[in-house]
Amino acid sequence: MLTEDYKTENFFDEMFTEEGGVRPHYQKVAEKLKALDPDEHRRKQTAVDLAFMRSGVTFTVYNDDQGTERIFPFDLMPRVIPDTEWQRIEKGLIQRITALNLFLHDIYHDQKILKDRVIPPHYILGAKHFRREFMGFNVPKDIYIHICGTDLIRDRQGNYLVLEDNLRCPSGASYMLENRAALKRAFPDLYRSARVHPVDSYSAELRKVLQYVAPPSLPSSQPNVVLLTPGVFNSAYFEHAFLARQMGIPIVEGRDLVVRDARVYMRTTSGLVPVDVIYRRIDDDFLDPTVFRPDSLLGVPGLVNAYRSGNVSLANSIGTGVADDKVVYYFVPKIIKYYLAEEPILPNVDTFLASENEDRLFILDNLEKLVVKSANEAGGYGMLMGPWASQEEISTFRDQIRANPRNFIAQHPISLSRHPTWCSSDEGGRLEGRHVDLRPYILYGENISVTPGGLTRVALRKGSLVVNSSQGGGSKDTWVLNGDS
Amino acid sequence: MSELTISTIQKPISNRRDNLVMLSRVANSLYWMSRYIERSENIARLLDVNLQLMLDFSDLNDQQLKDHWLPILCSAGDEETFFKLYDKADSETVTEFLTFREENPNSIISCLFSARENARQVRDQISLEMFETLNECYLFLKSKNAREVWQTGAHEFYEQIKKYSHLFQGLTGSTFTRNEGYEFINLGKFLERADKTTRILDIKYHILLPSVADVGGAVDTAQWQAILRSASALEAYRRFHVEDILPKKVAEFLIFSNTFPRSIMSCMRHLDEDLHRLSGKERREYRSNEERSFGKLLSDLNFLTIDEILNSGLHQFLEKVQATLDQLDDHIYQEYMYHPPVDLESEIFLQQQQMQQQ
Repeated sequence: MLTEDYKTENFFDEMFTEEGGVRPHYQKVAEKLKALDPDEHRRKQTAVDLAFMRSGVTFTVYNDDQGTERIFPFDLMPRVIPDTEWQRIEKGLIQRITALNLFLHDIYHDQKILKDRVIPPHYILGAKHFRREFMGFNVPKDIYIHICGTDLIRDRQGNYLVLEDNLRCPSGASYMLENRAALKRAFPDLYRSARVHPVDSYSAELRKVLQYVAPPSLPSSQPNVVLLTPGVFNSAYFEHAFLARQMGIPIVEGRDLVVRDARVYMRTTSGLVPVDVIYRRIDDDFLDPTVFRPDSLLGVPGLVNAYRSGNVSLANSIGTGVADDKVVYYFVPKIIKYYLAEEPILPNVDTFLASENEDRLFILDNLEKLVVKSANEAGGYGMLMGPWASQEEISTFRDQIRANPRNFIAQHPISLSRHPTWCSSDEGGRLEGRHVDLRPYILYGENISVTPGGLTRVALRKGSLVVNSSQGGGSKDTWVLNGDS
Repeated sequence: MSELTISTIQKPISNRRDNLVMLSRVANSLYWMSRYIERSENIARLLDVNLQLMLDFSDLNDQQLKDHWLPILCSAGDEETFFKLYDKADSETVTEFLTFREENPNSIISCLFSARENARQVRDQISLEMFETLNECYLFLKSKNAREVWQTGAHEFYEQIKKYSHLFQGLTGSTFTRNEGYEFINLGKFLERADKTTRILDIKYHILLPSVADVGGAVDTAQWQAILRSASALEAYRRFHVEDILPKKVAEFLIFSNTFPRSIMSCMRHLDEDLHRLSGKERREYRSNEERSFGKLLSDLNFLTIDEILNSGLHQFLEKVQATLDQLDDHIYQEYMYHPPVDLESEIFLQQQQMQQQ
């Protein structure tokens, strides 16, 4: 199926070297591809898509009153990572989450890092997601970030760089698990012969993390853990239901919970039942209308009080958003050095801060060459891709940056690595290079574990660098090999 | 402070911390998911049978068509909504209204969309197989294909709908854990089924009352046969009675049969068992007035005869059954699913006070 005219075109290709040779860890995949004919591939792809649609592995399209559900497009060709490479990634991710967790403890307690002038205090104290209400508050087991999804990309030389830390409610783990199940069904022989690290333990690990952080005052040894979802109309509802099912815990909405005497209960057919740990998939702002947004109908009145009283644990903790602010991202290498006295294993992308005078002048002069990001947006929103943007978009961003420099950062466009990806018949019906990133999932409980692999997201549109599902992105199964070839 | 909060606790706090604990919202969704599926199946059968029945009559005028379809419409839907959408009641309009119209909350499509929406709400509680079946059904109804199948052969269409329901109920039996949720699924199913059997039987009351000459005639027999088939009971009836289809025997069979699973008696016995399993009460002990009047009706059924019912009026009897079932439905909701909503303003007031005390 692999055609002779596949081009790497001056990008780092995950599968092929610049000279066009297959990298050693892709040998097995290449052999399979050679033997696979396009019709068979099409049949397998259709079968996978149908299975996803049938079992409801879908996300809801917003702003569509038909309630349209789509599948997250899944490309059958796996992304492969050799063992040695993965071990370095794993070390880097553990280093990063350790430092960020120490950082969160520090800024909600003594703020040494600010007093030592490693980070100018105004960046933290003025951050949108800094929760001053939680100064001096001790979170259970001193863990702030229980679940983390870090976005990694590779530059033209193939170096892994951190693009973004997602420390609030990272999503996508269910797709990592569903993609793996689908790929095993589609290519059982290839999967077996490639000797891939399994990912199935994610849900069990997550459950252990949640149980581990239960309030210490708890009389019972079996904490009641629940997953708090915004509800069935949220785009990630499938994931919430999936994870709850995998862990065997109830999935609840805000209206199912009630707080009495600083204790959280769920409303059941046999009365009120105490809740000990909440894996919340709603943002801080919506958690409790009596403390944060008063108009929130998704949260639980009194929840924050119960949390402060130590009667219920939340994962992730309140206030972690300050550490994935894109301005704070700029300081993460310094944060790692400050708390761990180590060099960062996974470097950042070079970043300019619009609130620093020199940087701002550079950004404003070079808008058409840079990627500009809002400090607190996610999902590919609030972004300017300079080289591809219209004059109008550029001038809008110029005004916004001048008006509120704290809210913007800029980076040189990184030519994300590419991966052979099946392009449907209206785009030629063959394998072509498409840009990919990688989101591994890190769990922090009694110890820190990184699920081998993660979610590889792929920008399906030709030339596009945006991998978000809301904007034409798809995904791949990600294989970490038991060895290097 | 504590006085205030304790007074707002509406129900005793459960000490159960086992896996049997079930959210009220989940119980509500399971119950309605099950009711809607059973309802869609009954409507599908009712329409299928009557469309076939109409094949035996030719040259019916508008009034005769209306006389036939209106009782069916009344038994399964909302007459008022219907006449807002259509001028006349005939095979075409009534079946379309009861099958595809989303304006009609009891059309097959509305029922199955609601069933699927409820299933989605409790996606984590039901088995993958159950969800997949319902989801497939939903995708089928959403596709253009559904209407094409219906137009080219309504019978195949209704067969398909019934099959989804059978498959779903079968999978529930073979893949769903026997916990409290199972009782709610069963309550929904049997309550709906009992209710629908009363309505199917009642149809004949409306079209019944034929001129004396017709009683026992070909038309009458055909209609009673249709009643039996609408309740999936024709073969069971024949095996049981091995004789002509007699109105009295049909009514007796659909009300009293101990062995036929769609009779009112059978459904009510199932309901009785499930209610007791839920409340944890001894047999013949009831938890509330609604449960008691349900229990009373059940013991009435044990002693009444069909003659007594016919003498005091079949229609009145069926209405009484329906009213008792409605009360029971309300009781289940109040007892297991309803928690008074949080009064946000007083809640905020209360909690702001608590905050200041710390």
